[in-house]
Amino acid sequence: MLVIASLVCGFIFGLGLLISGMMQPTKVLGFLDIFGIRYGTWDPSLLVVMAAALAVSGVGYLIAQRRPTPVLAPKFDISTKTGVDTPLVAGSALFGIGWGLVGLCPGPALENLATLSPQVIVFCVAMAVGMVAHDGWYAKRPATPPSGALAGADG
Amino acid sequence: MANFTPLSAAIGGALIGLAAVMLMLFAGRVAGISGITSGLLGIGSIDRGWRIAFIAGLILAPVAAMLAGYAVPLPQMPTSWIVVIAAGLLVGFGARLGGGCTSGHGICGIARLSKRSIAATLIFVGTAIVTVTLMRHVIGG
Repeated sequence: MLVIASLVCGFIFGLGLLISGMMQPTKVLGFLDIFGIRYGTWDPSLLVVMAAALAVSGVGYLIAQRRPTPVLAPKFDISTKTGVDTPLVAGSALFGIGWGLVGLCPGPALENLATLSPQVIVFCVAMAVGMVAHDGWYAKRPATPPSGALAGADG
Repeated sequence: MANFTPLSAAIGGALIGLAAVMLMLFAGRVAGISGITSGLLGIGSIDRGWRIAFIAGLILAPVAAMLAGYAVPLPQMPTSWIVVIAAGLLVGFGARLGGGCTSGHGICGIARLSKRSIAATLIFVGTAIVTVTLMRHVIGG
């Protein structure tokens, strides 16, 4: 059941991206290109997409989380991190550079695999490599031993 | 603002929000695409089923639309392979380091008023705007 519910959620999410026009990278770039305000070509559609999505999810999350547990899973799995730290800032900055270079973020990138565009396939492979590089290597790299660690062994 | 399409943007956005709420209600999960995808790629990942299903649904949506006679436009991508590869690497690595992407931070995180997500969204929209400005109006002339 969980798999079917998840498939339906992915499908609705995909319809939303398709209908809103956000599958098209140039439409996203039309929002990010703020010089367009001066030339009359700026496209604020992405802001409307976000506002509508937030209106529904903001209210919907409050209602969904009144339940003690999700319908088909043992618990709500939500980040408990609170502080703004260096990885968050650095990662988001890098993510934005990549997003601005092409106009694709992970959702529309994967969804565009349906078009069999060779550039999209290469983008998705590179994106997967980037994720594995982080999860499998960067996040697991040995931490620098704290100075005085050896001296501490005596005490 | 000749390209502005507020009605379809509002309808599409509401569907994205609905999908996020449903995934939380049924699976207790945040609809963050980078998190869902990276959990698939990890060695020893144990909960692949719902992740694969979500991404399959995501890809099936335009396929179903095509079968129903809706013309799904081909994505307009840069011609430079170097730019495509660099962008993919940055998006993948950056989303993981930053703990989320446009969906996870921009929609799900802001919906629960997470300060981290609000900060992340402001930062990646900011660097994306700077990147587009440099590419189109400084380097691209």
